[in-house]
Amino acid sequence: MIKKPTPPSSSFSRQPVALAALAWLALAALGAGLASLLAPAGPLAVDTTRSLLPPGSNNPLGTDLFGRDVLTRLLWGGRWTLGMGLLGLAVTIGLGLPAGLAAGYFGGRVESVIMRLVDALLAFPGLLLAMAVVAVLGPGLGSVSIAVGLSAAPAYARVARSAALEVRAQPYVEAARALGGSEWRTIARHILPNTAAPLLAFAATQLGWVLLNGAALNFLGLGAPLGTPEWGATLNEGRGYLRDAPWVSTFPGLALTLTVLAANLLGDSLQEALQPQ
Amino acid sequence: MIARYVGRRLAQAAFVLWLAVTLAFVAMQLTPGDPAQALLAASGATEQEIAERRAQLGLDAPLPLQYVRYIRRLAQADLGQSWLHSRPVGQMILEQLPATAELAVSAILVGTALGMALGILAALRRSSWLDTAATAVAVLGLSAPTYWSGLLAILLFSLQLGWFPAAGEGDLRHLLLPSLVLGFALAGSIARLVRARVLEVMEEPFVQAARARGLAPWRVFLVHVLRPALPTALTIVALQFGFLLGGAVITESVFARRGLGKLAVEAIIWRDLPVVRGVIVFGALAYVLVNLAADLAQAWLAPRLREELA
Repeated sequence: MIKKPTPPSSSFSRQPVALAALAWLALAALGAGLASLLAPAGPLAVDTTRSLLPPGSNNPLGTDLFGRDVLTRLLWGGRWTLGMGLLGLAVTIGLGLPAGLAAGYFGGRVESVIMRLVDALLAFPGLLLAMAVVAVLGPGLGSVSIAVGLSAAPAYARVARSAALEVRAQPYVEAARALGGSEWRTIARHILPNTAAPLLAFAATQLGWVLLNGAALNFLGLGAPLGTPEWGATLNEGRGYLRDAPWVSTFPGLALTLTVLAANLLGDSLQEALQPQ
Repeated sequence: MIARYVGRRLAQAAFVLWLAVTLAFVAMQLTPGDPAQALLAASGATEQEIAERRAQLGLDAPLPLQYVRYIRRLAQADLGQSWLHSRPVGQMILEQLPATAELAVSAILVGTALGMALGILAALRRSSWLDTAATAVAVLGLSAPTYWSGLLAILLFSLQLGWFPAAGEGDLRHLLLPSLVLGFALAGSIARLVRARVLEVMEEPFVQAARARGLAPWRVFLVHVLRPALPTALTIVALQFGFLLGGAVITESVFARRGLGKLAVEAIIWRDLPVVRGVIVFGALAYVLVNLAADLAQAWLAPRLREELA
């Protein structure tokens, strides 16, 4: 009897926490996607007569030092922050998935070379590794995305490897190999689909990590240039007048925390759904 | 048996460290442009001056030779010279280290105490509102960026209540708020795993036997539950040490404190790569050593747990 992982949908949809997390992520993505419709003035519309206004009817979340609407910047900033997160995650999966699957599937020398490299990368504290990559590439939002994506890749490779190891031992994989299918075809046809569920769950967790640390680098001033509505960068900009206008920093921070929280909870729920005990 | 384990673990740590150091070297080589050019071209130096500077920095030597020199210097604890300040990187790191170490150690104390308390409470009152609350706090600690929770803490405790100074370093009052913020972030993962471990231990036959023998509940708790929870917390602190270093970088920035974080961020902005590399290599060294120490301590404290994890 072939043991296949149970599809996550059955128990997953019954979890209110997971649904709330998904709903928030959808809302954030929608807000970012429709920013040009919802806030047509754009994130850079300056009005110095309306500097540091508290939340009110005209500006639901207040204005910043330059009279820019905080809600508008929040919506537009979602494009930068979520875009950075997705680009970072693409780098993580693009590097970690093939490396981990190859290590788990081929074993032997391939595995030891890949896993030694993974161990070495894991010896760097994550954020510090990302900072090193930014130092090599030069500051900027693109470098930050690549940097956090790369720093999350070793952990992803490790999880992909153990998932591949598990599936590799299954009889149907042995059969496919015995029938003389090419190695990469076996990986694509059998290993990849059967490791997809746990790897998707871990991807959600990694998205949380990438967002948290990518925004941290922006907060430190190593990413998006000044004035960009990216949430971490805005948080940094607003702390100069934290006392007079706490809303400038508080709302992007809240949006970021909720998004990271949603990604983490989603990852947890998916993992739980996969391992019912 | 244990000697073999220690030997294997030492060799592994040395190997990982060598790879990490080599990666740092390779990364520097991948960086476009070189320091002599970057620093001197802006000031209008001639080709010859740039060439002289390159020779002085040893950048004209063939790569393998540069690598051998780099490793030899590292072995002598020489991390090179800052391009910007022309000072030894090692010295610059040592100057900033106490401020960061002070923050990291107090955050570990706060995080371990809070995390263990939350985890144990949640496990003992499983499925009660206390468990839910403790879990919520733990998840929040994991997800709330310290650069946000730190600003909120400043807003509330410094600007509104005026209990603590908002920035800078010096006495305990300066240290308390940053350590609480960083410790809170650390407490999340500790609480989670301590809870799981305590739940596991309470199911063990020896705990049930102790209960059946009529031992007072607090003694059962102290001897059989708290003791195994401790190595768990220890391991997590070690595993989270990398997170802690990153968190310290951010917390330093939030509270405008001196330290390795400020050093690294400024070095990246000014593209002072030897300093960046120095801080990274130093961070990797600290991380590897802490994990080595934790593994060895665990081999001594709880040999069975180690076998399970291996």
